[in-house]
Amino acid sequence: MLAALLVMALGAVILGAALGYAAVRFRVEGDPLTEKIDAILPQTQCGQCGFPGCKPYATAIAKGEADINQCPPGGDEGIRKLADLLGREYKPLSAEHGVEKPKALAVIDEQRCIGCTLCIQACPVDAIVGAAKQMHTVVAVQCTGCELCVPVCPVDCIAMEPIAENITTWKWKYPVVTIKPVTTH
Amino acid sequence: MEVSGRDHQTRHHTLTMRLFDFNGGVKPDYQKEASTQTPIAVSPTPTFLVIPLHQSIGGTPRPLVSVDDRVLKGQRIGAADASISGDLSSAVHASTSGHVVAVEMRLMPHPSGLSALCVVIAPDGRDEWIERKPFDYRYHTRDETRDYLRDAGVVGLGGAVFPTHLKISSGKEDRLDTLIINGAECEPYITCDDALMKERADAIIQGVAILHDLLAAGQVLIGIEDNKPEAIAAMQAAVRARNPSDMEVIAVPTRYPAGGAKQLIRVLTGIEVPHGKRSTDYGVQCFNVGTAYAIHEAINLGQPLISRIVTVAGNVTTPRNYEVLVGTPMKTLLAQSQRLPDTDCLIMGGPMMGVALPSDEVPVVKATNCILAGSKKLFPPPPPEMPCIRCGECATVCPADLQPFELYWFSRAKIFGKAQEYHLFDCIECGCCSYVCPSHIPLVDYYRFAKSEIWAHESEKESADKARDHYEFRQLREERETQERSARLAAKAATSRTAAMAVPETPATENIPVSATGSATPAALIAAALERARAQQVHPKNTTDLTPAQQAEIAAIEARRTEIRTQAHPHLPLDD
Repeated sequence: MLAALLVMALGAVILGAALGYAAVRFRVEGDPLTEKIDAILPQTQCGQCGFPGCKPYATAIAKGEADINQCPPGGDEGIRKLADLLGREYKPLSAEHGVEKPKALAVIDEQRCIGCTLCIQACPVDAIVGAAKQMHTVVAVQCTGCELCVPVCPVDCIAMEPIAENITTWKWKYPVVTIKPVTTH
Repeated sequence: MEVSGRDHQTRHHTLTMRLFDFNGGVKPDYQKEASTQTPIAVSPTPTFLVIPLHQSIGGTPRPLVSVDDRVLKGQRIGAADASISGDLSSAVHASTSGHVVAVEMRLMPHPSGLSALCVVIAPDGRDEWIERKPFDYRYHTRDETRDYLRDAGVVGLGGAVFPTHLKISSGKEDRLDTLIINGAECEPYITCDDALMKERADAIIQGVAILHDLLAAGQVLIGIEDNKPEAIAAMQAAVRARNPSDMEVIAVPTRYPAGGAKQLIRVLTGIEVPHGKRSTDYGVQCFNVGTAYAIHEAINLGQPLISRIVTVAGNVTTPRNYEVLVGTPMKTLLAQSQRLPDTDCLIMGGPMMGVALPSDEVPVVKATNCILAGSKKLFPPPPPEMPCIRCGECATVCPADLQPFELYWFSRAKIFGKAQEYHLFDCIECGCCSYVCPSHIPLVDYYRFAKSEIWAHESEKESADKARDHYEFRQLREERETQERSARLAAKAATSRTAAMAVPETPATENIPVSATGSATPAALIAAALERARAQQVHPKNTTDLTPAQQAEIAAIEARRTEIRTQAHPHLPLDD
């Protein structure tokens, strides 16, 4: 009787120690689900979802506070991936958060720029360089096309230019020809 | 495997050497005789040369010339830009002397029909060379030789245009067991390597000797398909003339795609390079015969790569090989070979792997091994695509040992992750699977689609990761700045407070009540601040120290003002 109790107690102690050790040794930093959602989001940091960046939106989705269809730059494909990851039903992009647009780049008309630095403060990824009363310019490779710099410019010198296809970014077309019904008038 | 050779030498070599075999492959109609009847012709210099800056794998070289510059033949017009693409690019040169007419976007020999930056040169007809100096690699370091080859624009001429200098490792000495020279040229219609080997075997062997030295290779195997007996004989004569004991010309069985690098390595050495490995991991490196010739020209003659042999074949009256300056518009060549009137398409490369060209205006580039004119009769449009019947014929012929039908399903369904698991990127796009498919499915089109989608996804992912880093860094910086600002403000408030405490003799701060902790109460601080502000108030200086005359004048003015006011508004009381 006593031996059995001792064995059980010893087992409990050993297992408890092992679990305690594992909890410390293999602790998972951060929320892996948030990380996974964040990896799907396009990192435009545009705030169109109503959150101040992709990470806050990912956190909100993980907590169930936001829906999966609030990210216009991620588009249809992004929603499908999120639905896949979270095991939810696909739903079309919510209209109040915007529409999916082709990827564009902010371009500053350097003749008209007055050097007010407002766009530099608005840019979430530090893609605009310049100083007060000096001309500003966009670092094209860093620009995510979030459009946050466009409304803040007091002289409207920032335009969004769609990225043109070139030889290196050109993609082979999908070889399947879809058959569409002919609509008669 | 025994292979019949034409002369005794071939038989001797092939009998002593055991050949291996690769799986799959097809035997299409070769159609090579027509263009091999006549020797290589020199194509005429066109009115304008359009030289694309981007001709190899890697970033676009930076243009070194501008409009109206005079250039000499062999002058570098585009330099590999280390700041953009690192080492991974190769230079381009003017193919003849003349003037730069434009540096602009021109249509490229690419299936997209898009344009890229080109240097347009109007030749002056003098064909004046730059100063040509041989480069003795034995007196230079390996890095210098690499840089020389990069600046001479030497790239792989087998079709992939991989910069040759990247195949020579920079740091340590290579120790290759086997150097393979690829003269197999397995695709139908293409005969440019055949013509080069027949006519310039000695120059090729000189280039091979340089590679042999540079890479410190144990043995050199030159693989040529056995449907090119004249080329095999010429190459063997050239090897015998130089008499190296470790260099062998080997006839390999004719079967498409024996000229694929991995396939030729397997046939000659029996080494099967597995997925994710390179042939150099197994001590084998492969170069095309055209590349060896270009290396000879660059190193022994000091001539950069400005021309290549191009086969013009298909729907033309006189198919043949031309030595063409890079940048020559394709229509110049097609005019030489007299394109037939019913030509309805142009293909760069062969019928198995070639790509359709958007126009005949596009220039010949370093990758152009063949220009194939097509017609409805020659290449009838494929029958309509039918559903896959899972016959497995494609898997039987796949030389890369893949499962083409699986790749097809995953590519068609856009399940790219699965396609990659089935080693989509091991596909060499040889076209054997499409060739045998009884349902006429353009399988390679699906693989090309899937590959370019995956590349686009990867580059998108990369830029998203960069954007995340930038965003997180900005968050961090903003937080730090806020902290610094509040720390600065707190420090300032503390100093002003201690300053206010430290000057009790000021009349305004005399009676500040002090709280129990020893610091002034907020109400007392406000009172003190108000007092200080009052003390600082500026009084007008022109109302003090007035002379009696001035005071009298002021009084008179005030009296007049009162009088005027009473006259203007008699009903109003005087306001002062």
